[in-house]
Amino acid sequence: MPLDVVHAGYLPLLDSASLVVAVRLGFAERYGLDLKLHRERSWATVRDRMSVGHFDCAQMPAPLPIAMSLSLGPLNTETFAPMVLNTGGNAVTVGNEVAAALKDEAPTDQSPAAIGAALRFAVARLSERKGRQIRFAVVHRFSCHNYDLRYWLAACGIRPDTDVEITVVPPSLMPEALSSGQIDGFSAGEPWNTIAVRNGAGAIVATKAEIAPNSPEKVLGTSRAFVDDRRDVCERLIKCLLEAGQWCDALENRPALAELMAEARHVAVDETHLMPGLTGELETAPGERRIVGSFLSFSCQGNRPDAGYARWLYRQMMRWGHGRADPTAASIVEKVYQPSVFGTATSADQAPSAGPTATFEPLRFSLFDDGRSNLLSK
Amino acid sequence: MDAELSILVFDENTVRAAIIEAGLREAGHTKVATVTELVGLVRRIETLQPDVIVVDLENPNRDQLEHFFQVSRSVKKPIAMFVDRSDSSAIREAVEAGVSAYVVDGLRKERVKPILDMAVSRFNAVHRLNCELEQARSQLAERKLIDKAKGILMRRRGLSEPEAYRLLQRSAMNENRRIADVARSLISASSLLGDL
Repeated sequence: MPLDVVHAGYLPLLDSASLVVAVRLGFAERYGLDLKLHRERSWATVRDRMSVGHFDCAQMPAPLPIAMSLSLGPLNTETFAPMVLNTGGNAVTVGNEVAAALKDEAPTDQSPAAIGAALRFAVARLSERKGRQIRFAVVHRFSCHNYDLRYWLAACGIRPDTDVEITVVPPSLMPEALSSGQIDGFSAGEPWNTIAVRNGAGAIVATKAEIAPNSPEKVLGTSRAFVDDRRDVCERLIKCLLEAGQWCDALENRPALAELMAEARHVAVDETHLMPGLTGELETAPGERRIVGSFLSFSCQGNRPDAGYARWLYRQMMRWGHGRADPTAASIVEKVYQPSVFGTATSADQAPSAGPTATFEPLRFSLFDDGRSNLLSK
Repeated sequence: MDAELSILVFDENTVRAAIIEAGLREAGHTKVATVTELVGLVRRIETLQPDVIVVDLENPNRDQLEHFFQVSRSVKKPIAMFVDRSDSSAIREAVEAGVSAYVVDGLRKERVKPILDMAVSRFNAVHRLNCELEQARSQLAERKLIDKAKGILMRRRGLSEPEAYRLLQRSAMNENRRIADVARSLISASSLLGDL
Protein backbone atom coordinates (compact mmCIF):
# COMPACT_ATOMS: atom_id res chain seq x y z
CA MET A 1 0.00 0.00 0.00
CA PRO A 2 1.35 3.42 -0.86
CA LEU A 3 2.14 5.61 2.13
CA ASP A 4 0.07 8.71 2.81
CA VAL A 5 2.21 11.80 2.41
CA VAL A 6 1.99 14.31 5.28
CA HIS A 7 3.86 17.62 5.15
CA ALA A 8 4.82 18.91 8.59
CA GLY A 9 6.64 22.13 9.45
CA TYR A 10 8.86 22.30 12.51
CA LEU A 11 11.64 24.25 14.18
CA PRO A 12 14.88 22.47 15.11
CA LEU A 13 14.25 22.47 18.87
CA LEU A 14 14.62 19.76 21.51
CA ASP A 15 10.85 19.40 21.77
CA SER A 16 10.50 18.55 18.09
CA ALA A 17 11.94 15.18 19.17
CA SER A 18 8.78 13.09 18.73
CA LEU A 19 8.38 14.33 15.13
CA VAL A 20 12.02 13.63 14.34
CA VAL A 21 11.93 10.19 16.00
CA ALA A 22 8.71 9.30 14.17
CA VAL A 23 10.53 9.75 10.88
CA ARG A 24 14.03 8.59 11.71
CA LEU A 25 13.14 5.45 13.64
CA GLY A 26 10.44 4.29 11.24
CA PHE A 27 7.33 4.87 13.39
CA ALA A 28 5.69 6.92 10.62
CA GLU A 29 6.14 4.21 8.03
CA ARG A 30 4.61 1.62 10.31
CA TYR A 31 1.50 3.76 10.49
CA GLY A 32 1.40 4.02 6.71
CA LEU A 33 2.71 7.57 6.65
CA ASP A 34 5.36 9.26 4.59
CA LEU A 35 5.95 12.08 7.06
CA LYS A 36 7.90 14.85 5.36
CA LEU A 37 9.45 17.27 7.86
CA HIS A 38 10.14 20.81 6.71
CA ARG A 39 12.62 22.63 8.90
CA GLU A 40 11.95 26.33 9.32
CA ARG A 41 13.79 29.10 11.11
CA SER A 42 10.97 31.15 12.62
CA TRP A 43 7.41 30.58 13.85
CA ALA A 44 6.39 33.39 11.51
CA THR A 45 7.40 31.24 8.54
CA VAL A 46 5.72 28.13 9.99
CA ARG A 47 2.55 30.23 10.30
CA ASP A 48 2.84 31.67 6.77
CA ARG A 49 3.52 28.34 5.08
CA MET A 50 0.68 26.77 7.05
CA SER A 51 -1.60 29.62 5.95
CA VAL A 52 -0.90 29.18 2.24
CA GLY A 53 -1.38 25.42 2.49
CA HIS A 54 2.20 24.18 2.19
CA PHE A 55 1.83 22.10 5.36
CA ASP A 56 -0.85 19.70 6.54
CA CYS A 57 0.33 20.24 10.08
CA ALA A 58 3.16 21.77 12.06
CA GLN A 59 4.76 21.84 15.46
CA MET A 60 3.50 25.02 17.12
CA PRO A 61 3.73 26.79 20.47
CA ALA A 62 0.43 26.02 22.23
CA PRO A 63 -1.00 29.59 21.88
CA LEU A 64 -0.21 29.90 18.14
CA PRO A 65 -3.18 27.91 16.71
CA ILE A 66 -5.45 30.07 18.89
CA ALA A 67 -3.81 33.28 17.65
CA MET A 68 -4.03 32.07 14.04
CA SER A 69 -7.69 31.10 14.36
CA LEU A 70 -8.37 34.56 15.84
CA SER A 71 -6.40 36.25 13.00
CA LEU A 72 -4.07 37.98 15.42
CA GLY A 73 -1.02 37.80 13.14
CA PRO A 74 -0.23 39.18 9.69
CA LEU A 75 -1.20 35.98 7.82
CA ASN A 76 -3.68 33.52 9.23
CA THR A 77 -5.82 30.51 8.68
CA GLU A 78 -8.18 28.50 10.85
CA THR A 79 -5.92 26.13 12.77
CA PHE A 80 -6.67 23.25 15.11
CA ALA A 81 -4.70 21.50 17.81
CA PRO A 82 -5.85 17.85 17.87
CA MET A 83 -2.85 16.77 19.95
CA VAL A 84 -0.38 18.16 22.47
CA LEU A 85 3.17 17.17 21.48
CA ASN A 86 4.85 17.77 24.83
CA THR A 87 4.50 19.33 28.24
CA GLY A 88 7.22 21.24 30.09
CA GLY A 89 10.69 21.72 28.63
CA ASN A 90 11.13 25.44 29.34
CA ALA A 91 12.95 27.35 32.03
CA VAL A 92 13.58 30.92 33.09
CA THR A 93 17.24 31.93 33.20
CA VAL A 94 18.48 35.24 34.60
CA GLY A 95 21.82 36.93 34.01
CA ASN A 96 24.53 37.14 36.66
CA GLU A 97 23.49 40.57 37.93
CA VAL A 98 19.89 39.52 38.52
CA ALA A 99 21.09 36.20 39.98
CA ALA A 100 23.32 38.03 42.47
CA ALA A 101 20.55 40.46 43.44
CA LEU A 102 18.23 37.50 43.86
CA LYS A 103 20.70 35.78 46.17
CA ASP A 104 20.90 38.92 48.32
CA GLU A 105 17.16 38.61 48.91
CA ALA A 106 17.76 35.11 50.32
CA PRO A 107 14.69 33.28 48.97
CA THR A 108 13.38 30.77 51.50
CA ASP A 109 13.43 27.89 49.02
CA GLN A 110 13.58 27.08 45.29
CA SER A 111 9.83 27.12 44.67
CA PRO A 112 8.49 29.54 42.03
CA ALA A 113 6.59 31.43 44.77
CA ALA A 114 9.67 31.93 46.97
CA ILE A 115 11.96 32.77 44.05
CA GLY A 116 9.33 35.09 42.59
CA ALA A 117 8.88 36.93 45.89
CA ALA A 118 12.64 37.52 46.06
CA LEU A 119 12.80 38.41 42.37
CA ARG A 120 10.29 41.20 42.92
CA PHE A 121 12.68 43.03 45.22
CA ALA A 122 15.76 42.12 43.19
CA VAL A 123 14.17 43.54 40.02
CA ALA A 124 13.08 46.72 41.80
CA ARG A 125 16.52 47.38 43.26
CA LEU A 126 18.36 46.52 40.07
CA SER A 127 16.22 48.64 37.77
CA GLU A 128 16.63 51.57 40.13
CA ARG A 129 20.40 51.13 40.12
CA LYS A 130 20.51 50.79 36.33
CA GLY A 131 18.01 53.56 35.69
CA ARG A 132 16.10 51.40 33.24
CA GLN A 133 13.66 48.52 33.06
CA ILE A 134 14.98 44.99 33.47
CA ARG A 135 14.59 43.26 30.13
CA PHE A 136 13.39 39.68 29.67
CA ALA A 137 13.22 37.87 26.34
CA VAL A 138 10.82 35.19 25.16
CA VAL A 139 10.86 33.27 21.88
CA HIS A 140 7.57 34.49 20.45
CA ARG A 141 4.65 36.66 21.42
CA PHE A 142 2.19 33.76 21.10
CA SER A 143 4.26 31.24 23.07
CA CYS A 144 3.92 29.58 26.47
CA HIS A 145 7.34 31.01 27.26
CA ASN A 146 5.71 34.41 27.14
CA TYR A 147 2.46 33.61 28.95
CA ASP A 148 4.03 31.39 31.62
CA LEU A 149 6.66 34.04 32.34
CA ARG A 150 4.06 36.83 32.48
CA TYR A 151 1.78 34.74 34.65
CA TRP A 152 4.58 33.95 37.09
CA LEU A 153 5.97 37.50 37.22
CA ALA A 154 2.53 39.04 37.73
CA ALA A 155 1.63 36.50 40.40
CA CYS A 156 4.78 37.54 42.26
CA GLY A 157 3.99 41.23 42.04
CA ILE A 158 6.17 42.12 39.04
CA ARG A 159 4.09 43.84 36.36
CA PRO A 160 5.11 42.83 32.82
CA ASP A 161 5.34 45.79 30.40
CA THR A 162 5.50 48.16 33.42
CA ASP A 163 8.11 46.90 35.89
CA VAL A 164 9.94 44.81 33.31
CA GLU A 165 10.17 44.87 29.54
CA ILE A 166 9.49 41.65 27.62
CA THR A 167 11.02 41.39 24.17
CA VAL A 168 11.46 38.62 21.58
CA VAL A 169 14.75 36.89 20.67
CA PRO A 170 15.19 33.61 18.72
CA PRO A 171 15.93 30.78 21.22
CA SER A 172 19.38 29.86 19.91
CA LEU A 173 20.52 33.48 20.35
CA MET A 174 19.39 33.73 24.00
CA PRO A 175 22.68 32.66 25.69
CA GLU A 176 24.63 35.20 23.62
CA ALA A 177 22.08 37.97 24.21
CA LEU A 178 22.29 37.27 27.96
CA SER A 179 26.08 37.23 28.19
CA SER A 180 26.40 40.41 26.11
CA GLY A 181 23.93 42.22 28.36
CA GLN A 182 21.30 42.86 25.66
CA ILE A 183 18.81 41.11 27.94
CA ASP A 184 18.76 40.46 31.70
CA GLY A 185 16.88 37.18 31.59
CA PHE A 186 14.90 34.90 29.30
CA SER A 187 12.29 32.19 29.12
CA ALA A 188 13.15 29.52 26.55
CA GLY A 189 13.26 25.80 25.95
CA GLU A 190 16.25 23.63 26.51
CA PRO A 191 19.19 23.45 25.79
CA TRP A 192 19.44 27.25 25.75
CA ASN A 193 19.13 27.59 29.54
CA THR A 194 21.79 24.93 30.14
CA ILE A 195 24.11 26.53 27.59
CA ALA A 196 23.70 29.97 29.18
CA VAL A 197 24.58 28.51 32.61
CA ARG A 198 27.54 26.56 31.24
CA ASN A 199 28.82 29.70 29.48
CA GLY A 200 28.79 31.43 32.86
CA ALA A 201 26.14 33.88 31.67
CA GLY A 202 23.51 33.26 34.36
CA ALA A 203 21.41 30.93 36.47
CA ILE A 204 18.20 28.94 35.96
CA VAL A 205 15.64 30.21 38.50
CA ALA A 206 12.33 28.61 37.52
CA THR A 207 10.88 25.98 35.22
CA LYS A 208 7.64 25.62 33.31
CA ALA A 209 7.16 22.22 34.94
CA GLU A 210 6.86 24.04 38.30
CA ILE A 211 5.10 27.25 37.24
CA ALA A 212 2.46 25.52 35.11
CA PRO A 213 2.64 21.77 35.83
CA ASN A 214 1.22 19.45 33.15
CA SER A 215 0.53 22.30 30.79
CA PRO A 216 1.01 21.94 27.03
CA GLU A 217 4.11 23.42 25.45
CA LYS A 218 4.08 22.52 21.75
CA VAL A 219 1.00 21.23 19.99
CA LEU A 220 0.38 19.65 16.62
CA GLY A 221 -1.26 22.47 14.68
CA THR A 222 -3.33 21.27 11.74
CA SER A 223 -5.35 22.79 8.94
CA ARG A 224 -9.10 22.23 8.81
CA ALA A 225 -8.68 20.19 5.62
CA PHE A 226 -6.31 17.81 7.38
CA VAL A 227 -8.67 17.15 10.31
CA ASP A 228 -11.86 17.06 8.23
CA ASP A 229 -10.93 15.52 4.88
CA ARG A 230 -8.07 13.27 5.95
CA ARG A 231 -9.23 12.33 9.37
CA ASP A 232 -7.97 8.77 9.12
CA VAL A 233 -4.47 10.02 8.25
CA CYS A 234 -4.63 12.55 11.08
CA GLU A 235 -5.59 9.81 13.55
CA ARG A 236 -2.73 7.60 12.39
CA LEU A 237 -0.35 10.54 12.76
CA ILE A 238 -1.52 11.06 16.34
CA LYS A 239 -1.00 7.39 17.18
CA CYS A 240 2.39 7.44 15.52
CA LEU A 241 3.49 10.54 17.45
CA LEU A 242 2.26 9.06 20.72
CA GLU A 243 4.34 5.96 20.14
CA ALA A 244 7.35 8.05 19.13
CA GLY A 245 6.78 10.14 22.27
CA GLN A 246 6.81 7.04 24.44
CA TRP A 247 10.11 6.07 22.87
CA CYS A 248 11.47 9.57 23.62
CA ASP A 249 10.36 9.35 27.26
CA ALA A 250 11.92 5.94 27.96
CA LEU A 251 14.90 6.59 30.18
CA GLU A 252 17.07 4.04 28.39
CA ASN A 253 16.56 5.85 25.06
CA ARG A 254 17.61 9.26 26.26
CA PRO A 255 21.32 9.02 25.33
CA ALA A 256 20.36 7.86 21.81
CA LEU A 257 17.77 10.63 21.62
CA ALA A 258 20.36 13.21 22.69
CA GLU A 259 22.70 11.96 19.99
CA LEU A 260 19.97 12.15 17.33
CA MET A 261 18.75 15.61 18.29
CA ALA A 262 22.31 16.96 18.55
CA GLU A 263 22.79 16.48 14.79
CA ALA A 264 23.52 19.50 12.65
CA ARG A 265 20.13 19.31 10.93
CA HIS A 266 18.30 19.38 14.26
CA VAL A 267 19.37 21.32 17.37
CA ALA A 268 23.03 21.42 16.23
CA VAL A 269 24.65 21.55 19.67
CA ASP A 270 26.92 19.19 21.58
CA GLU A 271 24.79 16.28 22.83
CA THR A 272 26.01 16.79 26.41
CA HIS A 273 24.01 20.05 26.41
CA LEU A 274 20.80 18.10 25.72
CA MET A 275 20.96 15.64 28.61
CA PRO A 276 19.88 18.02 31.43
CA GLY A 277 16.70 18.91 29.53
CA LEU A 278 15.97 15.26 28.75
CA THR A 279 16.57 13.98 32.28
CA GLY A 280 15.39 16.97 34.33
CA GLU A 281 18.72 17.00 36.18
CA LEU A 282 19.35 20.67 35.67
CA GLU A 283 22.59 22.54 36.28
CA THR A 284 20.99 25.68 37.62
CA ALA A 285 24.23 27.55 38.28
CA PRO A 286 27.92 26.65 38.23
CA GLY A 287 28.25 23.77 40.71
CA GLU A 288 24.55 23.75 41.57
CA ARG A 289 22.14 21.04 40.51
CA ARG A 290 18.44 20.54 40.90
CA ILE A 291 16.27 17.65 39.81
CA VAL A 292 12.92 18.75 38.38
CA GLY A 293 10.34 15.98 38.02
CA SER A 294 8.52 15.77 34.65
CA PHE A 295 10.72 18.57 33.36
CA LEU A 296 9.93 17.53 29.77
CA SER A 297 7.41 14.86 28.74
CA PHE A 298 6.41 13.76 25.28
CA SER A 299 3.97 11.09 26.30
CA CYS A 300 1.86 11.70 29.31
CA GLN A 301 -1.67 12.46 30.35
CA GLY A 302 -1.26 15.88 28.81
CA ASN A 303 -1.30 14.72 25.18
CA ARG A 304 -5.06 15.07 24.92
CA PRO A 305 -5.99 18.66 24.02
CA ASP A 306 -7.97 20.37 26.74
CA ALA A 307 -10.34 23.22 25.82
CA GLY A 308 -9.94 24.49 29.39
CA TYR A 309 -6.29 25.19 28.73
CA ALA A 310 -7.12 26.96 25.46
CA ARG A 311 -9.49 29.19 27.45
CA TRP A 312 -6.74 29.89 29.97
CA LEU A 313 -4.37 30.89 27.15
CA TYR A 314 -7.03 33.10 25.60
CA ARG A 315 -7.54 34.82 28.96
CA GLN A 316 -3.80 35.44 29.14
CA MET A 317 -3.83 36.94 25.63
CA MET A 318 -6.60 39.34 26.64
CA ARG A 319 -4.96 40.07 29.96
CA TRP A 320 -1.82 41.35 28.25
CA GLY A 321 -3.61 43.16 25.47
CA HIS A 322 -2.68 40.64 22.78
CA GLY A 323 -6.24 39.91 21.78
CA ARG A 324 -9.71 41.40 21.97
CA ALA A 325 -12.38 40.12 24.29
CA ASP A 326 -15.54 39.39 22.38
CA PRO A 327 -18.06 36.55 22.25
CA THR A 328 -17.17 35.56 18.67
CA ALA A 329 -13.54 35.14 19.67
CA ALA A 330 -14.51 33.08 22.68
CA SER A 331 -16.55 30.71 20.54
CA ILE A 332 -13.67 30.35 18.06
CA VAL A 333 -11.27 29.50 20.92
CA GLU A 334 -13.64 26.74 22.08
CA LYS A 335 -13.08 24.88 18.80
CA VAL A 336 -9.29 25.08 18.52
CA TYR A 337 -8.33 22.42 21.07
CA GLN A 338 -10.47 19.54 19.88
CA PRO A 339 -10.24 16.33 21.85
CA SER A 340 -12.49 14.38 19.44
CA VAL A 341 -9.85 13.31 16.88
CA PHE A 342 -7.50 12.38 19.69
CA GLY A 343 -10.32 10.45 21.32
CA THR A 344 -11.09 8.30 18.30
CA ALA A 345 -7.39 7.87 17.52
CA THR A 346 -6.69 6.44 20.96
CA SER A 347 -9.95 4.71 21.81
CA ALA A 348 -8.87 1.37 20.37
CA ASP A 349 -5.66 0.98 22.31
CA GLN A 350 -4.57 1.30 25.87
CA ALA A 351 -1.78 3.80 25.47
CA PRO A 352 -1.16 5.63 28.74
CA SER A 353 -2.02 8.88 26.98
CA ALA A 354 -5.45 7.55 26.13
CA GLY A 355 -6.59 8.17 29.69
CA PRO A 356 -8.53 11.18 30.84
CA THR A 357 -7.07 14.61 30.33
CA ALA A 358 -4.78 15.71 33.10
CA THR A 359 -6.24 18.84 34.57
CA PHE A 360 -4.03 21.83 34.05
CA GLU A 361 -3.40 23.59 37.32
CA PRO A 362 -1.13 26.58 37.28
CA LEU A 363 0.30 27.24 40.68
CA ARG A 364 -1.81 29.57 42.71
CA PHE A 365 0.25 32.35 44.19
CA SER A 366 -1.71 33.75 47.06
CA LEU A 367 0.91 36.12 48.37
CA PHE A 368 1.29 38.51 45.47
CA ASP A 369 -1.55 37.56 43.19
CA ASP A 370 -2.74 40.75 41.60
CA GLY A 371 -6.29 39.47 41.50
CA ARG A 372 -6.57 39.84 37.74
CA SER A 373 -5.43 36.42 36.73
CA ASN A 374 -8.71 34.55 37.24
CA LEU A 375 -6.79 31.37 36.82
CA LEU A 376 -9.34 28.68 36.48
CA SER A 377 -12.54 30.61 36.65
CA LYS A 378 -15.13 29.17 34.35
CA MET B 1 1.32 63.09 -6.62
CA ASP B 2 2.04 60.45 -4.02
CA ALA B 3 5.16 60.83 -1.93
CA GLU B 4 7.85 58.37 -2.85
CA LEU B 5 7.76 55.10 -0.95
CA SER B 6 10.58 54.23 1.39
CA ILE B 7 11.58 50.59 1.04
CA LEU B 8 13.82 48.51 3.29
CA VAL B 9 15.25 45.15 2.21
CA PHE B 10 16.30 42.88 5.10
CA ASP B 11 18.08 39.77 3.83
CA GLU B 12 21.06 37.98 5.35
CA ASN B 13 21.96 36.80 1.87
CA THR B 14 23.99 39.84 0.79
CA VAL B 15 24.04 38.92 -2.90
CA ARG B 16 20.28 38.50 -3.06
CA ALA B 17 19.75 41.71 -1.09
CA ALA B 18 21.87 43.59 -3.64
CA ILE B 19 19.92 42.05 -6.52
CA ILE B 20 16.59 43.09 -4.99
CA GLU B 21 17.84 46.60 -4.30
CA ALA B 22 19.14 46.94 -7.86
CA GLY B 23 15.77 45.80 -9.18
CA LEU B 24 13.94 48.38 -7.09
CA ARG B 25 16.23 51.15 -8.25
CA GLU B 26 15.79 50.10 -11.90
CA ALA B 27 12.06 50.35 -11.32
CA GLY B 28 12.57 53.99 -10.36
CA HIS B 29 12.59 53.77 -6.55
CA THR B 30 15.27 55.92 -5.00
CA LYS B 31 14.48 55.54 -1.31
CA VAL B 32 15.77 51.98 -0.98
CA ALA B 33 17.94 50.71 1.86
CA THR B 34 19.41 47.28 2.51
CA VAL B 35 20.21 45.64 5.83
CA THR B 36 21.93 42.26 5.93
CA GLU B 37 22.26 41.70 9.65
CA LEU B 38 20.13 42.23 12.70
CA VAL B 39 22.61 44.51 14.44
CA GLY B 40 21.43 48.06 13.96
CA LEU B 41 18.22 47.02 12.18
CA VAL B 42 15.90 48.66 14.69
CA ARG B 43 17.73 51.97 14.46
CA ARG B 44 17.62 51.83 10.66
CA ILE B 45 13.89 51.20 10.75
CA GLU B 46 13.41 54.11 13.13
CA THR B 47 15.38 56.54 10.96
CA LEU B 48 14.10 55.32 7.58
CA GLN B 49 10.44 54.90 8.62
CA PRO B 50 9.94 52.47 5.71
CA ASP B 51 6.55 51.99 4.09
CA VAL B 52 7.48 48.54 2.84
CA ILE B 53 9.88 46.03 4.39
CA VAL B 54 10.92 43.03 2.31
CA VAL B 55 12.24 40.07 4.35
CA ASP B 56 13.28 36.58 3.25
CA LEU B 57 11.28 33.74 4.79
CA GLU B 58 14.45 31.95 5.89
CA ASN B 59 15.36 34.85 8.11
CA PRO B 60 15.53 33.62 11.73
CA ASN B 61 14.78 37.13 13.02
CA ARG B 62 11.22 37.39 11.68
CA ASP B 63 9.59 36.67 15.05
CA GLN B 64 11.65 39.42 16.65
CA LEU B 65 10.88 41.80 13.80
CA GLU B 66 7.11 41.21 14.03
CA HIS B 67 7.27 41.76 17.79
CA PHE B 68 9.08 45.04 17.18
CA PHE B 69 6.37 46.18 14.74
CA GLN B 70 3.71 45.36 17.31
CA VAL B 71 5.21 47.17 20.29
CA SER B 72 7.27 49.99 18.81
CA ARG B 73 6.04 53.52 19.29
CA SER B 74 8.85 54.99 17.23
CA VAL B 75 7.80 53.71 13.80
CA LYS B 76 4.83 53.67 11.51
CA LYS B 77 3.44 50.21 11.98
CA PRO B 78 4.09 47.98 8.99
CA ILE B 79 1.92 45.14 10.22
CA ALA B 80 -0.13 44.11 7.25
CA MET B 81 1.88 41.45 5.52
CA PHE B 82 0.20 42.03 2.22
CA VAL B 83 -1.92 44.93 1.17
CA ASP B 84 -4.76 42.84 -0.05
CA ARG B 85 -5.30 39.68 1.93
CA SER B 86 -7.96 38.57 -0.50
CA ASP B 87 -5.36 38.25 -3.23
CA SER B 88 -4.45 34.75 -2.10
CA SER B 89 -2.62 33.79 -5.28
CA ALA B 90 -0.21 36.71 -4.86
CA ILE B 91 0.38 35.70 -1.24
CA ARG B 92 0.95 32.08 -2.22
CA GLU B 93 3.34 33.14 -4.97
CA ALA B 94 5.38 35.23 -2.54
CA VAL B 95 5.58 32.52 0.12
CA GLU B 96 6.56 29.98 -2.51
CA ALA B 97 9.33 32.28 -3.71
CA GLY B 98 10.47 32.72 -0.09
CA VAL B 99 9.59 36.39 0.35
CA SER B 100 7.57 38.07 3.00
CA ALA B 101 6.76 41.73 3.02
CA TYR B 102 5.45 44.01 5.71
CA VAL B 103 3.54 46.99 4.49
CA VAL B 104 2.32 50.01 6.39
CA ASP B 105 -1.42 49.74 6.81
CA GLY B 106 -3.54 51.74 4.44
CA LEU B 107 -1.09 51.85 1.56
CA ARG B 108 -2.85 51.56 -1.79
CA LYS B 109 -2.60 48.19 -3.47
CA GLU B 110 -1.53 49.60 -6.85
CA ARG B 111 1.52 51.15 -5.25
CA VAL B 112 2.73 48.07 -3.46
CA LYS B 113 1.88 45.31 -5.92
CA PRO B 114 4.71 46.16 -8.40
CA ILE B 115 7.24 46.14 -5.54
CA LEU B 116 6.11 42.71 -4.37
CA ASP B 117 6.01 41.34 -7.91
CA MET B 118 9.54 42.54 -8.49
CA ALA B 119 10.78 41.01 -5.23
CA VAL B 120 9.09 37.71 -6.07
CA SER B 121 10.56 37.53 -9.56
CA ARG B 122 14.05 38.40 -8.33
CA PHE B 123 13.84 35.85 -5.52
CA ASN B 124 12.85 33.24 -8.08
CA ALA B 125 15.69 34.28 -10.37
CA VAL B 126 18.23 33.98 -7.56
CA HIS B 127 16.81 30.57 -6.68
CA ARG B 128 17.11 29.41 -10.31
CA LEU B 129 20.69 30.62 -10.41
CA ASN B 130 21.52 28.71 -7.23
CA CYS B 131 19.92 25.57 -8.67
CA GLU B 132 21.96 25.88 -11.84
CA LEU B 133 25.11 26.40 -9.80
CA GLU B 134 24.28 23.38 -7.67
CA GLN B 135 23.64 21.35 -10.80
CA ALA B 136 26.97 22.42 -12.31
CA ARG B 137 28.72 21.47 -9.08
CA SER B 138 27.15 18.03 -8.95
CA GLN B 139 27.90 17.47 -12.64
CA LEU B 140 31.53 18.24 -11.96
CA ALA B 141 31.56 15.88 -8.99
CA GLU B 142 29.98 13.15 -11.13
CA ARG B 143 32.53 13.59 -13.87
CA LYS B 144 35.25 13.08 -11.28
CA LEU B 145 33.58 9.87 -10.09
CA ILE B 146 33.37 8.56 -13.64
CA ASP B 147 37.03 9.38 -14.27
CA LYS B 148 38.00 7.50 -11.14
CA ALA B 149 35.91 4.48 -12.11
CA LYS B 150 37.43 4.51 -15.58
CA GLY B 151 40.88 4.50 -14.00
CA ILE B 152 40.01 1.43 -11.94
CA LEU B 153 38.72 -0.44 -15.01
CA MET B 154 41.77 0.54 -17.03
CA ARG B 155 44.08 -0.77 -14.33
CA ARG B 156 42.18 -3.94 -13.44
CA ARG B 157 41.10 -5.02 -16.90
CA GLY B 158 43.73 -3.46 -19.07
CA LEU B 159 41.18 -1.39 -21.03
CA SER B 160 41.74 1.81 -22.93
CA GLU B 161 39.92 4.89 -21.72
CA PRO B 162 37.16 4.79 -24.38
CA GLU B 163 36.67 1.07 -23.71
CA ALA B 164 36.39 1.68 -19.96
CA TYR B 165 33.80 4.39 -20.57
CA ARG B 166 31.78 2.18 -22.93
CA LEU B 167 31.79 -0.61 -20.32
CA LEU B 168 30.41 1.78 -17.69
CA GLN B 169 27.85 3.05 -20.16
CA ARG B 170 26.74 -0.46 -21.08
CA SER B 171 26.30 -1.61 -17.46
CA ALA B 172 24.39 1.58 -16.74
CA MET B 173 22.03 0.81 -19.62
CA ASN B 174 21.63 -2.83 -18.64
CA GLU B 175 20.91 -2.03 -15.03
CA ASN B 176 18.83 0.99 -15.91
CA ARG B 177 20.97 3.24 -13.71
CA ARG B 178 22.90 6.43 -14.25
CA ILE B 179 26.57 6.15 -15.22
CA ALA B 180 27.60 8.15 -12.16
CA ASP B 181 25.76 5.68 -9.91
CA VAL B 182 27.45 2.70 -11.56
CA ALA B 183 30.78 4.49 -11.14
CA ARG B 184 30.05 5.11 -7.47
CA SER B 185 29.22 1.42 -6.85
CA LEU B 186 32.34 0.34 -8.69
CA ILE B 187 34.53 2.66 -6.62
CA SER B 188 33.09 1.50 -3.31
CA ALA B 189 33.24 -2.20 -4.29
CA SER B 190 36.77 -1.72 -5.42
CA SER B 191 37.74 0.01 -2.19
CA LEU B 192 36.19 -2.86 -0.19
CA LEU B 193 38.32 -5.27 -2.21
CA GLY B 194 41.40 -3.22 -1.44
CA ASP B 195 42.11 -2.08 -4.94
CA LEU B 196 42.60 1.62 -4.32
